[in-house]
Amino acid sequence: MTMMTGAEIVIRCLQEEKVEYIFGYPGGCVLHLYDELFKQDKVKHILVRHEQAAVHAADAFSRSTQRVGVAMVTSGPGATNAVTGIATAYMDSIPLVVISGQVATTSIGQDAFQECDMVGITRHCVKHNFLVRDVRDLAVTLKKAFYIAATGRPGPVVVDIPKDVTAAKCKFDYPAEIRLRSYNPVIKGHSGQIRKAVQLLAGAKRPVIYSGGGVILSNAANSLTRLTRLLGFPITTTLMGLGGYPGTDRLFLGMPGMHGTVEANMAMQHCDVLLAIGTRFDDRVISNPEDFAAVARKIIHVDIDPSSISKRVRVDVPIVGNVPDVLDEMIRLLEAERERKDISEWWAEIEGWRARQCLKYVPRDDAIMPQYVIEKLWEITKGDAIVASDVGQHQMWTAQYYKFDKPRRWLNSGGLGTMGVGLPYAIGASFANPGKPVVCVTGDGSIQMCIQELSTAKQFGLPIKIVNLNNRYLGMVRQWQEMFYSRRYSQTYMDSLPDFVKLAEAYGHVGIRVEKPKDVEPALRKAFVDHKDDLVFLDIRTAREANVFPMVAAGKGLSEMILADENL
Amino acid sequence: MRHIISVLLENESGALSRVAGLFSARGYNIETLTVAPTEDRSLSRLTIVTSGSDEIIEQITKQLNKLIDVVKVVDLSEAAHIERELMLIKVRASGKDREEMKRMADIYRGRIIDVTDATYVIELTGNGSKLDSFIQAIDGGLILETVRTGISGIGRGDWVLKV
Repeated sequence: MTMMTGAEIVIRCLQEEKVEYIFGYPGGCVLHLYDELFKQDKVKHILVRHEQAAVHAADAFSRSTQRVGVAMVTSGPGATNAVTGIATAYMDSIPLVVISGQVATTSIGQDAFQECDMVGITRHCVKHNFLVRDVRDLAVTLKKAFYIAATGRPGPVVVDIPKDVTAAKCKFDYPAEIRLRSYNPVIKGHSGQIRKAVQLLAGAKRPVIYSGGGVILSNAANSLTRLTRLLGFPITTTLMGLGGYPGTDRLFLGMPGMHGTVEANMAMQHCDVLLAIGTRFDDRVISNPEDFAAVARKIIHVDIDPSSISKRVRVDVPIVGNVPDVLDEMIRLLEAERERKDISEWWAEIEGWRARQCLKYVPRDDAIMPQYVIEKLWEITKGDAIVASDVGQHQMWTAQYYKFDKPRRWLNSGGLGTMGVGLPYAIGASFANPGKPVVCVTGDGSIQMCIQELSTAKQFGLPIKIVNLNNRYLGMVRQWQEMFYSRRYSQTYMDSLPDFVKLAEAYGHVGIRVEKPKDVEPALRKAFVDHKDDLVFLDIRTAREANVFPMVAAGKGLSEMILADENL
Repeated sequence: MRHIISVLLENESGALSRVAGLFSARGYNIETLTVAPTEDRSLSRLTIVTSGSDEIIEQITKQLNKLIDVVKVVDLSEAAHIERELMLIKVRASGKDREEMKRMADIYRGRIIDVTDATYVIELTGNGSKLDSFIQAIDGGLILETVRTGISGIGRGDWVLKV
């Protein structure tokens, strides 16, 4: 075995893990690493313009492919800039390995230039983190990092590497496999519990399936679709679970929760058996847990993470295990089961709720309705684009009106709600899915939080289509101020928005402004057809005070929705 | 309800702060926390006294298990167990108080481990309430300093927490 420097070892480990792209930004403490990157071409480095975007792009790379995303940043400010990206990935359980430079071991604790305690700072927003003090631990630590990030409930892992460790030498030995005595995620669901669940499902009169991001992360969409169709049950998928079941299918009720549909929320609230899969009953889904728990229903909860079970809501049949395996076992048992309850009455009730047409909006001739833009976007992309969104009203409208039929097409920050993810997500997804249309739906507030990445997109010639729903407001906050703060629009209007068209052009892209409803469709066509290979920034001036409905106000029960036509 | 949670964790730098940080981040309370390496130097044994509803204790156990450095977690309060705490207490011991303080230490089966002409340091072990009771029993005005280790706990009989 030949001796290698720490920097060589890091790059070799990335090659061993078959990492194709890493997203990053160089700096003093990672100079050795960047020098080694320069000397090889297996691992391609994508230079972003801000470290936050590096982590978001790596995150989207993972979201759209299931592979572990990798980012590399320098110490101090490079590391702290990465923190928002890491926390975003953590909240949505996205597997990442983030390599951060650190000052030399001899300088740690001395308040050295660009020093920060990265392991301390990120402790609360990583699945695990490491500070590698000895080059002999480097290879095995990276092996652990990839293993921990990708297994069990996935998540980001930070590996902080001091500069002298990247210069020190040792023999390279990359373990083929790793075992940790303190980390053994449960994979196989308890067969007795699965049997119990199947009995409950077979006897249900008012069943609902409620699935989440865990279905996407574990690649269980096919199993979920088979199970749902076998049972003929209504299904609702959370914001993170969109695409886990075909959004255009009759059994699909839409999204539940704060901006969920009437049929999804009413079904969640009035069912007798709730099958929760890879989801965590969070506050944006069930709203008030007391109100939710006040209804007598049996809850089956399948999740890989035991701590997600009975955290906010008591469940009757917990099943800890890998979601697709558990669902396949359920399918096997159900196929053998003859007895099935007639649920046509329940469906009739649901159709009654569906007939309420809660997503209907009033189109206008004089102003572009944002919902209309998303509907047209869906048509033009045939519902099969990778859609990255930022955070706010446009995110909810996209979730409501873009009907995702397949998993890993919808990329958004559901847990942390990080404004600014949209463009870096579109960048990460573009590298992961060459040739596929990638859209970034954003707003005039969010896009400005990582707008510098237009430069990255130019450098790598990424033909992203940016759909900026520009209402000249921080729309979601403004909506709350309108509804709950007597229209006191405190700091939700930006006085001097840039000319986005000129800005896009300044970065070397195509910019198109759209101001009339009749121009929406032609502009989208122009972007997707005429400028197929260009990044196009569509600055769409939308109706200023359009609101997202239905809405369950914070702290209210799921059945207390505010509907659009009650609020005109 | 009060619970004593025993944790076996990797004796790695930062492992303790992961545990302590978990409690503060999720708003769980820590009454006492003690930690030291075991006979196997690669492992530390940690005892946490906390309180909360059954749901909260269940979450604490699950969240602890989720930490990568945590090898095993057990709630000692679920079965017969022994708990002990050590207290070192420095008291004023002069004049008529000197004799009385010696007598109190004897009653509580404490040991005087340091003596000056005006002070004693008394070493006392027991469960938390015994130590509390000693503090109550002596004249509060005579206490100069108290140092308590927090509770250490172990299961009774064959009940063993091991890798």
